[in-house]
Amino acid sequence: MSTRTFGEPIKRNEDHRLLTGQALFIDDLELPGMLHAAFLRSQVAHARILKIDVFKALQRPGVVAAYVAGDLGDYWQPGPILVPPPPIEGIIFHERTQVPLAKDKARHVGEPLVIVIAESRYIAEDALDDIDVELEQLAAVVDMEKGLGAGSALVHDDVGSNVSAYVRQTKGNYAAAAAKADRIIKRRFRYEHGISSPIETRGVVAQWDRRANQMTIWDTTQAPVFVRNGLAGMLGLNERQVRVIAPFVGGGFGPKIMMFYPEEVLLPWVSMKLNRPIKWIEDRHEHFFATTHERGQIHDAEMALSSDGRILGIKDVFLHDGGAFDPYGLTVPINSQCTLLGPYVVPAYDSTFTQVFTNLPTVTPYRGAGRQHGVFVMERLLDFAAHELNIDPTEIRRRNLIPPDAFPYNNEIIYQDFEVLEYDSGNYEPVLDIALDAIGYEAFRHEQALARQQGRHLGVGVACYVEGTGIGPYEGAKVQVQSNGKVSVATGIGTQGQGHFTVFAQIAADQLGVAVTDVDVVTGDTDQFYWGAGTFASRGAVVAGNAVNEAAKVVRNKALKLASDLFECSEADLVIEDGKVSIVGIPQKFVKLGDLANQANPMRGAVEPGTEPGLESTRYFGPKMGATANGVHAIIIEMDPKTFELKILKYVVVHDCGTVINPMILAGQIHGGVAQGIGNAFYEKLVFDDQGQLLNASLADYLLPTALDVPRMELAHTVTKSPLNPMGIKGAGEAGAIPGGPLFAQAIEDALDLKRRSVELLETPLSPSRLFELTRNART
Amino acid sequence: MDIDFHDITLSVNGTKYQRRIESRLLLSDFIRHDLALAGTHVGCEHGVCGACTILLDGQPVRSCLMLAVQANHHELSTVEGLADKAGEYHPLQQAMHEHHGLQCGYCTPGILMTITAFLDENSSPSEDEVREALSGNLCRCTGYQNIVDAVLAAADRMRG
Repeated sequence: MSTRTFGEPIKRNEDHRLLTGQALFIDDLELPGMLHAAFLRSQVAHARILKIDVFKALQRPGVVAAYVAGDLGDYWQPGPILVPPPPIEGIIFHERTQVPLAKDKARHVGEPLVIVIAESRYIAEDALDDIDVELEQLAAVVDMEKGLGAGSALVHDDVGSNVSAYVRQTKGNYAAAAAKADRIIKRRFRYEHGISSPIETRGVVAQWDRRANQMTIWDTTQAPVFVRNGLAGMLGLNERQVRVIAPFVGGGFGPKIMMFYPEEVLLPWVSMKLNRPIKWIEDRHEHFFATTHERGQIHDAEMALSSDGRILGIKDVFLHDGGAFDPYGLTVPINSQCTLLGPYVVPAYDSTFTQVFTNLPTVTPYRGAGRQHGVFVMERLLDFAAHELNIDPTEIRRRNLIPPDAFPYNNEIIYQDFEVLEYDSGNYEPVLDIALDAIGYEAFRHEQALARQQGRHLGVGVACYVEGTGIGPYEGAKVQVQSNGKVSVATGIGTQGQGHFTVFAQIAADQLGVAVTDVDVVTGDTDQFYWGAGTFASRGAVVAGNAVNEAAKVVRNKALKLASDLFECSEADLVIEDGKVSIVGIPQKFVKLGDLANQANPMRGAVEPGTEPGLESTRYFGPKMGATANGVHAIIIEMDPKTFELKILKYVVVHDCGTVINPMILAGQIHGGVAQGIGNAFYEKLVFDDQGQLLNASLADYLLPTALDVPRMELAHTVTKSPLNPMGIKGAGEAGAIPGGPLFAQAIEDALDLKRRSVELLETPLSPSRLFELTRNART
Repeated sequence: MDIDFHDITLSVNGTKYQRRIESRLLLSDFIRHDLALAGTHVGCEHGVCGACTILLDGQPVRSCLMLAVQANHHELSTVEGLADKAGEYHPLQQAMHEHHGLQCGYCTPGILMTITAFLDENSSPSEDEVREALSGNLCRCTGYQNIVDAVLAAADRMRG
């Protein structure tokens, strides 16, 4: 292979197993003697637990055990804090993490009360009906503002209020900026973000092997290494005794990195107790309550501008619904706070948020992870500013873009990775130009007027954003040439469809001169690779990818050194390709990589001191901070002014995520993100009543976009390399999902002429029924 | 509850099976756990997501909405039977690979089964018809575009 595969649309190594039904997903595991778990969950959002009696359940044939909180003894502990609060001056943070089984109080619908173990899942679920539960229902905290009011019920009585956290971050002097402003734009925004709803729900299988003294846990987690370390500690085992395997995982999008879910904590414990393997697979109904959500924020935001549309400063005060527990710290609202600033010069920023405890399922990152909320506020403020100052909405954006010579650009506040929010590199204006050109912005007004004469309502939207990606701390990779000449790459992160088996193979293949199909990638098995953080924050390709590259480089140099000794020539005279090392210009003088690997593990003879056996290397990569990608989405829509039925006529994404490893896989990531962004903008809202009951907990009621809802997308890329890693790459996993809300709000206002009708769209999602409510009293 | 058993005989991908099963056993659970054909995936168990789609006498059905006993004396096809005996991909599998029509791959078996049946009925579909046919299968990863392209390419190849 003399051709580089880096940057090429290489077909995926993992497809064959997935296309033929041979890939191992968690529910495919069948172990001898395996038992099955089912959970009795609270049906009310807030209640004191008076009595739980499992006696009758235990009498049912096939039921093996049932445990309540009290049965867990010292094992019953609140979970660890996954991401501690960042080092921000004046921060308030009340740590209240989830528990394995609710003990005195249930704090959201779906919180587990009892785990039942039986010979089959059918029997385990039958037994749930046998359990006698007495609950004293308490007033539920559902509305954030009411929850902060005097006299509200308290989710955690000992905190004394429903404040989970309070953070203020500032840059420059907003008051001074506002004082000299020609115009202040001030609005209240509500942004809802739903649930990730991967098509595969969560699952855990735990197998305690008493003879081997070994615990094996299969888990649909995005972070197997942390799960191993945490569970080893809880179970009183050495980390070496615990193996966590994240097999093929059917989509993650964030919530599968949350830990520790009660089921993850309980199954290994029960498996040790009963000395039997145990399986639990979440059903779809459970998923709506038992897996973490994202949800709402309310922003009171204002933007100070000069008359020519330059941003002088922004002030934002917002509430963030954190749900019943805060194990993920402040990642989501910090992302909102930071990402609001976008690709723009904002000289003064004063942002304060309060994270609120509610009696609703816990909030943790879901694709975009709060970035959407911030982008919505910024982009909408710019739209209203453009209207009031009589500037074209794309022109006001252009005037405020950070110029290319201003990088690295320091935003002076602290980001989710605890580092100062500094954009590493960027060239924003060309991205906007390409998007405007592709959407046909110049010609659109004419088309719009023509269509309107025919009674059709067209609208255009353009939104800009940045995405902080590729954050630390680090990932590692082990690259090893096998004696059959194939290459093995192992890394600690898990995979949920991102193409890791292919992109990591491409990186190693190029360094080692082998075919991509001859590189076998192992991800997410802690016995194969011991260290790592996980798959989140659009970081897999950036952080693990660079670790693979570094390790493969070392292996390449080892191979060249060994071959140069063999041929008694200089390394500079050698070429490594087609699975062989040969002498330049004398292709018949070669040695196969597999043979070199064999020779690196000799049976006899002394090796030189300091020499490591094998043709392998393990390397780690940790970027100093995250790399900042950016993009512009543009759309043209048609909307029926009576039914609010939406037709997306054109959708353009122009994106810059630095060097591209595999454009085919990158495009797939963008497509999927856009689809989730469309769901977010139109369909996906978790509807709770004032008792904290979720009213749309099925896929028939909570609508995911179908093939009829997601349009064909046109993609274009620019490349501004990141200086933070040798390959110059930035992450791309979340970009497609981020700007959907403001994009559609802008386009709908345009299509329905809402500015003239004095209707402003200040919220997401905008379902047809919601648009009807918002416009029913407006003038026509 | 008295457990009620039935003896059933059915074929899956041309192989005959005889089993004694509980009357309440879902067909999806039977295929996955009793027959160990785990390529058929379960996504929602209420008939919306389409991941568990199989063919029953050539027609796509949601195996989570049927009881195993209802499949007695029927012929079933699952994703495991799609490639030919030599292991060569079905043209739709090949096209899905070439067009990057799958990411996590969890919804893929259901889509393959739905669409192979669709292409048997409509050998030259338009893009709109493909999207309509796909609309009963949820995919959370791909945004559908590459699946649509794969289906159009497979149809083209199958027409020869």
